[in-house]
Amino acid sequence: MVLNHLKKISPIISVIFTLLIQIAVPNAAKQPDAKGPYFTFFLYIVGGIFVVLYAASFFNKKINDYLLDSGPLLAGGAQLLNFINLICSKFALLPVLFFPSLDRVFAVFVNDRALMIECIISSGKLLIIGFAVGATLGFTTGILIGFNKKVAYWINPLTKIIGPIPATSWSPLVLSLFSTSYQAAVFMIALSVWFPITVMTSNGIQNVQQTYFEVADTLGADKLYKIFKVGIPAALPNVFLGFFYATTGSFVTLVTAEMFGCKSGIGWYLNWQKSMMLYANVYAGLILLAVLCNLIITLLFRIKDRLLGWQKGVIKW
Amino acid sequence: MVGEIKIDNVSKSFTNPDGSVVNALNGVNLTIEPGSFISLIGPSGCGKTTLLRAIAGLGLADEGTVFLDGEPVRAPGHERGFAFQQANLYPWLSIENNIAFGLRARGIYKEKKEDVKEYIDMVGLTGFENSYPHQLSGGMNQRAALARALVGHPKVLLLDEPLGALDAFTRMNMQDEILRIWKDQKMTMIMVTHDVDEAVYLSDKVVIMTPRPAKIEQVLDIELGRPRARGGNDFIKYRTKILEILNYAGENREPEYYL
Repeated sequence: MVLNHLKKISPIISVIFTLLIQIAVPNAAKQPDAKGPYFTFFLYIVGGIFVVLYAASFFNKKINDYLLDSGPLLAGGAQLLNFINLICSKFALLPVLFFPSLDRVFAVFVNDRALMIECIISSGKLLIIGFAVGATLGFTTGILIGFNKKVAYWINPLTKIIGPIPATSWSPLVLSLFSTSYQAAVFMIALSVWFPITVMTSNGIQNVQQTYFEVADTLGADKLYKIFKVGIPAALPNVFLGFFYATTGSFVTLVTAEMFGCKSGIGWYLNWQKSMMLYANVYAGLILLAVLCNLIITLLFRIKDRLLGWQKGVIKW
Repeated sequence: MVGEIKIDNVSKSFTNPDGSVVNALNGVNLTIEPGSFISLIGPSGCGKTTLLRAIAGLGLADEGTVFLDGEPVRAPGHERGFAFQQANLYPWLSIENNIAFGLRARGIYKEKKEDVKEYIDMVGLTGFENSYPHQLSGGMNQRAALARALVGHPKVLLLDEPLGALDAFTRMNMQDEILRIWKDQKMTMIMVTHDVDEAVYLSDKVVIMTPRPAKIEQVLDIELGRPRARGGNDFIKYRTKILEILNYAGENREPEYYL
């Protein structure tokens, strides 16, 4: 009982401890000053959220279970920040050029917010267009390969040759083939999405139990009905795996593609800040990227839970 | 009455991966009267499932023809319902949508909506319409599969050991349910089974098949009134007779191993 309570309150204690050190210990003289104590502000916000969660846990069972389960983890997270804060900001044990203080990293989110939002929108647009093109083509090719032996005969070798090549390695070619680097980036993202979706979709369809089709036959279904009402639904768990691989792959391609050619986007931002030796901004960009990628994958799994509720345990997130 | 099956000189062979050819059926002739209950029984390799699938149109014969009411069978069709060994429900569809699958596939769901309810009720699954197959027991799934095969009003229902995977008690209940549906719907039913008791309990005629070469050994009329007593004297007599024909009666047999 006492232990459970400790688990629930541990994130708050951990944040307060981190906050005390942040306020009481002065930053190292070597470390350039930030425009304000932004890490302190961040800790206030996070601490405030933890207090609200703790209070709500007495009324809401879900939040209570969440805190019981994840409380120690959240507390650990705060201590990790504390550790980084001590090493980088307080004692400057690492080269300050590459390891800026947390105040400066968090300051970026405030001072550079307009540019960052612009980058998010630009990257998001590129990702959505590339993904939509690649996924549509991949799903269609996968279905054709899965259901038609002739298509499989002619397209499969092509898939096998082109597929495993990292999409970004096409950049020297596509940058000269397409009139804008934006189109080239769309092409590369589409390519990186197309391959896993094609392979997983066609595989999924080819591995559907034969009896599922036989059942449909004896119930009077025609070929088209069998494709759309038996083959595709039965292959959906596999198709989802394809989408999962495609999504993680598309992040890689997106960031790399933006690093050359593009004039905006998170990848461009990272590259640009690096070339200006502004490592606080690079870290902020990476944090932003981590948050966004996680959000997208979480969204993907929410969709999966809705579509594949009948199927337990493909992969968990 | 419709649902007459005529099997005319049907042969079928399979080629093994190593190139050897297996004769699964050897010139089989059989006429099944409309509205009767027939069991195909025999040890594995006797061709009973091959014969059932030939009637369904799932595996066409190499030679000879199967006729349904005088029409040759060339492909699977809804007038020959099929209940598989496993329930084979579609896991992504609810019980209700599984049962309605055939009606939807044929584009007659709107007119026959009420039938779906009726058959769900008939197999005792009212209240489970919106459940998914993985949430129900094996027996319930098998009942849903039965309803799915029946809801399109087939002339013939082909049953490929659909009760084989069930426990003894569920199995006996399901046998009674199948009999009830058979009497209700007045359709021809042809069932493949390994179980001699099941064959005697259910059938008008038991078709006894033997392997190597795969052929029909004998067609035995079961002249017992219904309902039948599973332990009755006549029942036991039929059982013993079938076992004798299949050479499993236990007389004159060398033990296969010594302890």
